[in-house]
Amino acid sequence: MPTKIEKDEVTGVETTGHEWDGIRELNNPLPKWWVYTFYVSVAYAVIWWVLFPAIPFGPSATGGLTGSETRDRVLAEIERVEAERATVRQRLVGAELSYIQDDPTLFTYALTGGRIAFGDNCAPCHGVGGTGQLSYPVLADDDWIWGGTIEDIQHTIQWGVRWPDFEFDTRFAMMPAFGADGILTREEVDQVVDFVLAMSGRADEADPDLIEAGAEVYEWNCASCHGDGGEGMHVMGAPALNNQIWLFGGEREQIWQQIWNPRHGVMPGFAERLDEATIKMLAVYVHALGGGQ
Amino acid sequence: MGHALEELAKKAEIDRVIGGEAGQAAPGVAKEPVASRSEQKASPLYQGRVQVYPRDVKGIYRRVKWVALVVLLAIYWLLPWVRWDRGAAVPDQAVMIDMAGRRAYFFWIEIWPQEVYFLTGVLILASFGLFLATSLFGRVWCGFACPQTVWTDLYLWVERRIEGDRAARIRLDKAPWSAAKAKKRAAKHAVWLLIAMATGGAWILYFGNAPDMLVGFFTGEASATIYFFVGLFTFTTYLLAGFAREQVCTYMCPWPRIQGALFDEDTLAVTYEGWRGEPRAPAKKGERFEGRGDCIDCKQCVAVCPTGIDIRDGLQLECIGCALCVDACNDVMDRIGRPRHLITYDSARNTALRAEGKAPRYRVFRPRTFIYVALLLVVSGLMTYGLANRSTAHLSIERDRSGLYVTLADGSIRNTYEVRIHNKTHVDQLYAFDIVGLPDSAVGWVLGREPGPINELRLLGAADGVASYMLFVAVPRDDLETAALEVTFQVTSEAGDVTTQRSVFRGPQP
Repeated sequence: MPTKIEKDEVTGVETTGHEWDGIRELNNPLPKWWVYTFYVSVAYAVIWWVLFPAIPFGPSATGGLTGSETRDRVLAEIERVEAERATVRQRLVGAELSYIQDDPTLFTYALTGGRIAFGDNCAPCHGVGGTGQLSYPVLADDDWIWGGTIEDIQHTIQWGVRWPDFEFDTRFAMMPAFGADGILTREEVDQVVDFVLAMSGRADEADPDLIEAGAEVYEWNCASCHGDGGEGMHVMGAPALNNQIWLFGGEREQIWQQIWNPRHGVMPGFAERLDEATIKMLAVYVHALGGGQ
Repeated sequence: MGHALEELAKKAEIDRVIGGEAGQAAPGVAKEPVASRSEQKASPLYQGRVQVYPRDVKGIYRRVKWVALVVLLAIYWLLPWVRWDRGAAVPDQAVMIDMAGRRAYFFWIEIWPQEVYFLTGVLILASFGLFLATSLFGRVWCGFACPQTVWTDLYLWVERRIEGDRAARIRLDKAPWSAAKAKKRAAKHAVWLLIAMATGGAWILYFGNAPDMLVGFFTGEASATIYFFVGLFTFTTYLLAGFAREQVCTYMCPWPRIQGALFDEDTLAVTYEGWRGEPRAPAKKGERFEGRGDCIDCKQCVAVCPTGIDIRDGLQLECIGCALCVDACNDVMDRIGRPRHLITYDSARNTALRAEGKAPRYRVFRPRTFIYVALLLVVSGLMTYGLANRSTAHLSIERDRSGLYVTLADGSIRNTYEVRIHNKTHVDQLYAFDIVGLPDSAVGWVLGREPGPINELRLLGAADGVASYMLFVAVPRDDLETAALEVTFQVTSEAGDVTTQRSVFRGPQP
């Protein structure tokens, strides 16, 4: 509180009466333009209260005469952006997949749009950037269960894998439960595990006698889908066995389990969830993730 | 509410001081009817502006001010029209900031957005230059070179040509409205607005090709942004030079408050030599000047002052150091036969020395001037080095971190990088590419191309543009000895300029 208003001797100006450690403040007048600017600001605030939403009342607020609503503006903005994108999206829908990759504008648009759609729809299982996890395929590598061409990828995204809603179009294949259903004996399964380990370049982990026996079991039971050399077969959804990539794990125990009583992954088809342009963008993006095939 | 009354009383007081007290200061020298700022008392709540009517004056400093005004305005209005050939498809304007193309051009210098630190250098040079000039010569910037001073001076010149000098303007302001007054006012504001528009109009010429901008502006094809900025600068010029004037310096500008720290007793400043002038008194005809001061209290120094102060009150914040009062006083001293430079542009030290009857001394080399010069040399040296060794390309590497690495079917480890090459030359370049530090067994490929040895990669960078590539690099797992291999990306232009950027290749713990 002001204590003692006095006249400063040097300047002849009154003090404000405030004192801090012996320092007193002169009460110099404000410039007129400053005062008027202040009044204009006050008037501006009043006009704002009247025209725009301003004072909160419970769950709502005063609406203002203009009826301005930020939500409406966001919606209008979204509409505007979508209208702007409509031409590119139309071109995307009309374009052949291989053509998209040769058109820099479409390609850049598809890569960016695909990355965003991937984050929304695919990343929960396949990981951001397609890094995958146990039981969910890595999409950033060069190994493809159902084919790695851009058309193959589009088909898989569209109709899914073992997805009951698209009975006729979905990717479908079942590996027999060789052990559980009694097709092979326990001994035979042990043998074929060692053979598969050797096929993937890990012969040092396997027993040479079992490998030899396993080769015969493999030829009769597995080669028709997984190939003579374990190279896999895309149309059957049979993964390659001669490489370092294991969907359900590459440990001896895990391989044994997968032969005895195999698990089968399910991926939803996105044909009814996403529009054609988005599926195409996803195909372009996923294809690029793996470095292209 | 005695406020309105107070206002009236204040107005009457100002009228009395401005209008009254005319007379003779000395035979042949009129006493100017003028009150300085400090003489005009204000109301306690807020201070109304005291209108300043600077009188015309002739003399050496006025001439310097005219020359500075013409040169500076000429630079401002003509610089955008200077051409500078940079080759095809690149603007040929010598000085230009291309916002859309994200380039700044200054004669032979071309700056990209990521080199904006050169602007920092320019700003540092400008401030140290200002510090040096201020510590040597006082407020030369304020008095002669500041745009506020230059444009106010130009506006005052227009005002004087149309409405007449000080006395005529005061009369016109007080006169009731008439056809003649309206005509003069209309003419003045029309010319002011024209100058303001030319000022705003020239501003935009620095942000695009000047001839195109001019044609576009008058044919209505320019963008709304351009019209907005022309309008903004027209308005601010009109407001600041026509009306706000000295209030900008006194209330808005921080510089007058900073530069007190740069002054010392050897800094030149506009100074009233009180030892010689006091006691002041009007001189009678035939009076001798022994036993009294040379100041005849004619107040010519106040009348010519563009900020309306009395320099005889001493060095003050409002004084912009334009030295017009020196010219005015010299003229009076000539007429009464006394030595010039009663008001002088000199240092505090010399005023004191002269008061003691000693010879003045000028000290240019002082610790602070040494420091400022040294800093100027260091910064301009760094800038020159930076510009002379400016690379012709810029490489930026962004490692894909969503998944630090990927294991491929053959067991090798792959990393993905986004490679951006900024080609700062004006021709297309096919860059030779390499990553130093990777095992020889590494292969690399750009999306859409076949894998191969990395040093055989060739990447195209379009002229004056940024090329972006998604680069895949795979290394056999057995050849990776560490989980984070330090590598150096490098591109080599056709002319052999090498640009490098460090990054890392990640894999599993061995």
